[in-house]
Amino acid sequence: MTTISERTSPAERFQAIIDADEKVEPSDWMPEGYRKTLIRQIAQHAHSEVIGMQPEGNWITRAPTLERKAILIAKVQDEAGHGLYLYSAAETLGVTRDELVELLHTGRQKYSSIFNYPTLTWADIGAIGWLVDGAAITNQVMLTRTSYGPYARAMVRICKEESFHQRQGYEIMLRLCNGTPEQKAMAQDAVNRWWWPALMMFGPHDSESTHTSQSMEWKIKRISNDDLRQHFVDMTVPQAEYLGLTLPDPELRWNPERGHYDFGEIDWDEFWRVVNGHGPMNRDRLEHKIRAWEDGEWVRDAAAAYAEKQQARRAASRTGG
Amino acid sequence: MAYSVPHVDGEPDPEFGRSESRGWPMWEVFVRQRRGMSHVHAGSLHAPDAETALQHARDVYTRRVEGVSVWVVPSSAIVASDPDEADAFFEAIEKPYRAATYYEIPDEVGQM
Amino acid sequence: MTTPITSGVPQGSVPVVAGEPRFLYLLRHADDNLVLAQRLAEWVSWAPELEEDIALANLALDFLGVARALYTYAGEVEGKGRGEDDLAMFRTEREFLNVLLVERPNTDFAHTMARQLFFDAYQLELWEALSSSADETIAGIAAKALKEARYHFRHSSTWVIRLGDGTEESHRRMQAGIDALWMFTGELFEADDVDAAVVETGVGVDPATLRPGWERRVADVLAEATLQIPDDPFQRTGGRVGFHSEHLGRLLAEMQWMQRTYPGMSW
Repeated sequence: MTTISERTSPAERFQAIIDADEKVEPSDWMPEGYRKTLIRQIAQHAHSEVIGMQPEGNWITRAPTLERKAILIAKVQDEAGHGLYLYSAAETLGVTRDELVELLHTGRQKYSSIFNYPTLTWADIGAIGWLVDGAAITNQVMLTRTSYGPYARAMVRICKEESFHQRQGYEIMLRLCNGTPEQKAMAQDAVNRWWWPALMMFGPHDSESTHTSQSMEWKIKRISNDDLRQHFVDMTVPQAEYLGLTLPDPELRWNPERGHYDFGEIDWDEFWRVVNGHGPMNRDRLEHKIRAWEDGEWVRDAAAAYAEKQQARRAASRTGG
Repeated sequence: MAYSVPHVDGEPDPEFGRSESRGWPMWEVFVRQRRGMSHVHAGSLHAPDAETALQHARDVYTRRVEGVSVWVVPSSAIVASDPDEADAFFEAIEKPYRAATYYEIPDEVGQM
Repeated sequence: MTTPITSGVPQGSVPVVAGEPRFLYLLRHADDNLVLAQRLAEWVSWAPELEEDIALANLALDFLGVARALYTYAGEVEGKGRGEDDLAMFRTEREFLNVLLVERPNTDFAHTMARQLFFDAYQLELWEALSSSADETIAGIAAKALKEARYHFRHSSTWVIRLGDGTEESHRRMQAGIDALWMFTGELFEADDVDAAVVETGVGVDPATLRPGWERRVADVLAEATLQIPDDPFQRTGGRVGFHSEHLGRLLAEMQWMQRTYPGMSW
């Protein structure tokens, strides 16, 4: 029996790590395609976390109670933290956060399309926590087993921290559904607007997704888009029933033969329209992000300049001035 | 949250690692979770200097009261072993006599 | 130092809020913390770097936490069954009793850090004194808040020093922030009948006694930051009796909008 380290060529060693279900670490040799796929995926994941701060941040100053305000601040703050962990994971692959931020700002890298929809009522905060975080968790539990060590570790931390996110969203929905008719209508309206975009989060059909198979061979991705989507639907339908809300899909019904819920077809025109930059909020989100970055430039520069001055002062005092 | 962003036809394939970064340098963060435990690597962050790195570490990595002490180290100060030389660096040949189970002690002697 | 010229409530103005001194005292400090938390929360997703976004959100959470504790206790002291949200969401700008400093708009990162420096230094002194309040609940809230205030002050002074002694632009902006907000610092140390009453019972502290410690802290930071202490004698006041700037009304309109639009519902 040969161990991973006894293989001769780096490529063989890499494949042995993947086959053994072990983790690839930053200093290991890896195929250029693996590295690029990871940079792209981790960066876009990070961008999604950071852009995701906007739709929920939109309600922080208007949260209905002080407790809800505190919860929402903590949640959006977590998203900043998760973006940060993910950028750090990407940086182990030989890329800087600045480079990635620039790719985002120039539209050469994307973020999840889900954030190109607006949050119009307080119920949207509940719907995002319940459906969007719910869809995300389905995806990221899988990613805790991804083959790249720093990414997997970031996902473990993120999963642990996000355990409250979906629950707080569902609790908001429960409160609305147990409230006045006006509140319940607000909840239903939010679900109507977020259900399909949440399903779109899992990406194109497996048959349409050429990159999926390579990602699965490398064990970056471990479950296919359609399987994840089905899992999410199966999990969510009973939760909606408990709330007394209707999911906006006339074709949604239990299929006893498959042991799964059948559901209708995603509007792929809408899907690709939003992916390609023409969702309701694409331009606003990017403008906001770029403005924040540009407004902060003088602050970042000032801190760097101060650090340099201090270093020079220390050096001068060491040499006796 | 976790998201897959689909590939778009004609999506550019950017080259990385070319530009000199203007950003704040990177720091590694180590957190002691409880008294009596070692500092364990928690993650990384960017900060202009040591004081702000410490403050950021506190805000980023101990938001949930996860620590009693924090270290920050410039990432550039980490010296790592070469993975290609792992064979030579970490003995592949076992030295079984370093393990407690290598030695046979009669049961009558009791727990040792 | 030049004699201050203080501008406050106009002739004939009468406060619209009345109540037992301890209740008003609690409201004043609760309002300080809530309004500042709301301002800091406006920063979310706008900070200069991701790390600082997290830091500012932490500050907002701390101030919000203190506000909630104070409102809850104020409601108990008042004894009319009002909870934290009743007090936060159903009072108008004339009934809010925060100092003017905390309602100042964020403007830019330098203004925000100037506001924090002034207020954090003040709260360090305040919470330290109130930790030995004769009212045990207030003493408990103060002791917890003091720990947070130490960190807040460390954060704001770190930034004021870096911006003051950073680049030419940051120095200019930081000095502008200090200059713009200086006129709102005197109010922190003014005392009126409410203060006198709570000092009398050992519940509260005379704000004037907090001033020397505050001045020392602020002067030290500004000196290290190569910034000038403004010599403008002009000071603004009135917040403690509900005479605010025009900024507060908008802040409250946004914050209270849900409760005002959908009254009596549970969220």
